[in-house]
Amino acid sequence: MDFQLTDDQRALRTGMRELLDRHFPRARLRAVVDADAARRGGAPAGGAGAPERVGGLDRVGGLDRGLWRELGAAGLFALRVPESAGGVGLGLPEVVLACEEAGRALLPGPLVATELAAGLSGSLAVGAAQGETVVTALHEGGTPVEHLGSADVVLVLGPTAVEVIPAEEAALSAEPMRSVDPATPLHRMTPGPTRRGQAEGPGRSGLAARLWREAALLTAAQQLGSASRTVELAVDHAKRRTQFGRPIGAFQAVQHLCAQMLVRAESARSVVYAAAVTEDPGDIAAATLLADEAAVHNARDCLQVHGGMGFTWEADVHLHLKRAWVRAGQWQSTAAAEEELAAGLVSTVETCL
Amino acid sequence: MDLTYTEDEEDFRHRLRGWLAEVLPGLPDRPHPADWPGRRAYDCGWQRMLHDAGYAGLHWPEDAGGRGATPTQHLIFLEETERAGAPYVGAGFVGLLHAGPTIAAEGTPEQRARWLPPILRGDEVWCQGFSEPDAGSDLASLRTRAVRDGDAYVISGSKIWTSHAEIADWCELLVRTAPVNTGTPKHRGITWLAMPMDAPGVTVRPLRTLAGTAEFAEVFLDEVRVPVTHRVGEENDGWRVTMVTLSFERGTAFVGEVVACRRVLEALARTARANGRWDDAVLRRRLGRLAAECAALWRLTQWNVSEAQRTGGVPGVGGSVFKLRFSQVRQELYDAAAEVLGPDALDAGQEWVADRLSSLSYTIAAGTSQIQRNIVAERILGLPKGR
Ligand SMILES: Cc1cc2nc3c(=O)[nH]c(=O)nc-3n(C[C@H](O)[C@H](O)[C@H](O)COP(=O)(O)OP(=O)(O)OC[C@H]3O[C@@H](n4cnc5c(N)ncnc54)[C@H](O)[C@@H]3O)c2cc1C
Repeated sequence: MDFQLTDDQRALRTGMRELLDRHFPRARLRAVVDADAARRGGAPAGGAGAPERVGGLDRVGGLDRGLWRELGAAGLFALRVPESAGGVGLGLPEVVLACEEAGRALLPGPLVATELAAGLSGSLAVGAAQGETVVTALHEGGTPVEHLGSADVVLVLGPTAVEVIPAEEAALSAEPMRSVDPATPLHRMTPGPTRRGQAEGPGRSGLAARLWREAALLTAAQQLGSASRTVELAVDHAKRRTQFGRPIGAFQAVQHLCAQMLVRAESARSVVYAAAVTEDPGDIAAATLLADEAAVHNARDCLQVHGGMGFTWEADVHLHLKRAWVRAGQWQSTAAAEEELAAGLVSTVETCL
Repeated sequence: MDLTYTEDEEDFRHRLRGWLAEVLPGLPDRPHPADWPGRRAYDCGWQRMLHDAGYAGLHWPEDAGGRGATPTQHLIFLEETERAGAPYVGAGFVGLLHAGPTIAAEGTPEQRARWLPPILRGDEVWCQGFSEPDAGSDLASLRTRAVRDGDAYVISGSKIWTSHAEIADWCELLVRTAPVNTGTPKHRGITWLAMPMDAPGVTVRPLRTLAGTAEFAEVFLDEVRVPVTHRVGEENDGWRVTMVTLSFERGTAFVGEVVACRRVLEALARTARANGRWDDAVLRRRLGRLAAECAALWRLTQWNVSEAQRTGGVPGVGGSVFKLRFSQVRQELYDAAAEVLGPDALDAGQEWVADRLSSLSYTIAAGTSQIQRNIVAERILGLPKGR
């Protein structure tokens, strides 16, 4: 047993962090976010004139396809694609590490659906691995669909079959929402003839079931990245901000908020990484639960540590909270994950523990 | 990241399982919790069996009488003994988990030869005399005085919350050998001594815990003479001597209990199914979430042990993070147990009710949760020293 990152995995993580810093620096994130604010008629932070189009956005409120292609070219979506098929040939733990970094950087885009589609063989989602084709996915139980307006195709995980349908077809039974997360446009799915793949997760089998579990895990990995990032943001702020003649980080009430944030993030990390190795449904359910909890609660505590600044559009804290809300329970609801683990308690023959 | 065990490790597990299956059925009945001499005999008897089978001091260095096992083998040992329902370390706790490792790390060859073999054989029991009425979390402010008189220290003062004091042969004692002056930090004047519990002037007064049993005691010291040769480390260097091994405790001290958490959770689910409470989705989901928490504690343990294995046995900073989560989950587990029990949760004769009561000490003993958060904030997150 050696439950630590290998040297290669450490290098991959560093590489991913640098890649995202290069292609998606904070300015690019803020451009997306402020464009959304402008579109909604609210003045962007700083009160400057609202830009019509910012950065490489090719559709208002849409995904930056230029960025998506850059990341595709850098291999972000092909980590698990075999080398023989032009991919990087790594495993699920490596994709988890990459998703963690994406969550940390608040990278917008349908990353999980793209990762899944890129791993499919045949003609289902040609171009997904390269970032040429934008793929989103239908979720469970009426969860809104992200980036439908920018997507070319939609991944549908049915009870047994895996399908990819044109985005226009899915759009027939979808209506846009005013997304709480300025960087993640959402559509609400309405009941309609093309509404497929909405069966409950546990009923799935075969490939569809496997992809569903992987989606839950990769989502948890992004939540973990966000949860770790908000610890850093809170700690940095607590060291810099001075009140009563000392850094607020010297106040124990603030220290203990930060300490609990770290405990949440590290507990989530341990199960997310373990699930990446075992791919066990119970471990994945545990990862979903603890990573959702860590992302949402850490963002809340981070906001508290930032004081009034935490309540502004300008600080990034709200972006972590809102994205965490979007992702929480996205593939496996909290109730479903808890029920799955409860069922595991009574059916245990020999568990991993 | 590799969660599979090597062939050697699996082999070790296999042999251990075989041995446990062979010896556990022959163990005597567990003594009543209030029967201290019986508990001592039972716990020491088990330690003797471990010793004779080559499992005592598994992860201690070989020159300290240990087996030089890797942290992973030690983890397997703790996991398998708990799964098999083997006795807990019990009265051997301080000797095996703190005093012994301290002597192994800081003692002279003579001191190691005198004290370590009886600990490993289960012949001698140790207790820990650190806390005082006025020095708990702020341990370094301890005031029990030791004054040099020829080849002995003369000690006066009092200790409190000393677990197993009634049945201990030795006490690892922290005493003040230099007065606290303004200017010198208070942890500078502390010395580590091995004190025989039968020395003249030592009085033990048991304290009853909220569970109704006497698990710890007050220890009064009235001009107790302890030979200078019983000092481990230099005079006034006892704080460092103690801290060298304190972090060891948090690394693996709770492995057995993490394994036990999962077992208790499964038993709770079975009981809830039998008494119908399983039909309550709120309770069921609560148990499901606890299963996630138990999984995380186990993975954190494996993570910390793997880290220790890489760094050559030094536990990392993960201990405080682990202890914070563990102590909280442990309490939540028994709160859930109370819900499963329903009205029986008020019956102190129920095993889970007794465990619920003892779980209340987890956020206090071995460094309170507030102190652990201070440690995490200052030493891991690098926040400025608090006030
Ligand atoms: C079951 C049990 C067994 C024990 N066994 C032993 C033993 O064998 N040997 C031994 O030496 N000791 C033992 N102890 C003692 C234990 O180590 C102390 O109880 C513990 O360190 C806390 O000290 P205290 O009880 O004096 O509480 P205090 O230090 O008085 O703490 C009271 C409250 O104040 C808080 N507090 C204190 N300082 C701070 C701070 N700086 N920041 C924030 N909050 C703070 C604490 O978190 C706590 O909530 C045992 C305790 C228990 C419960």
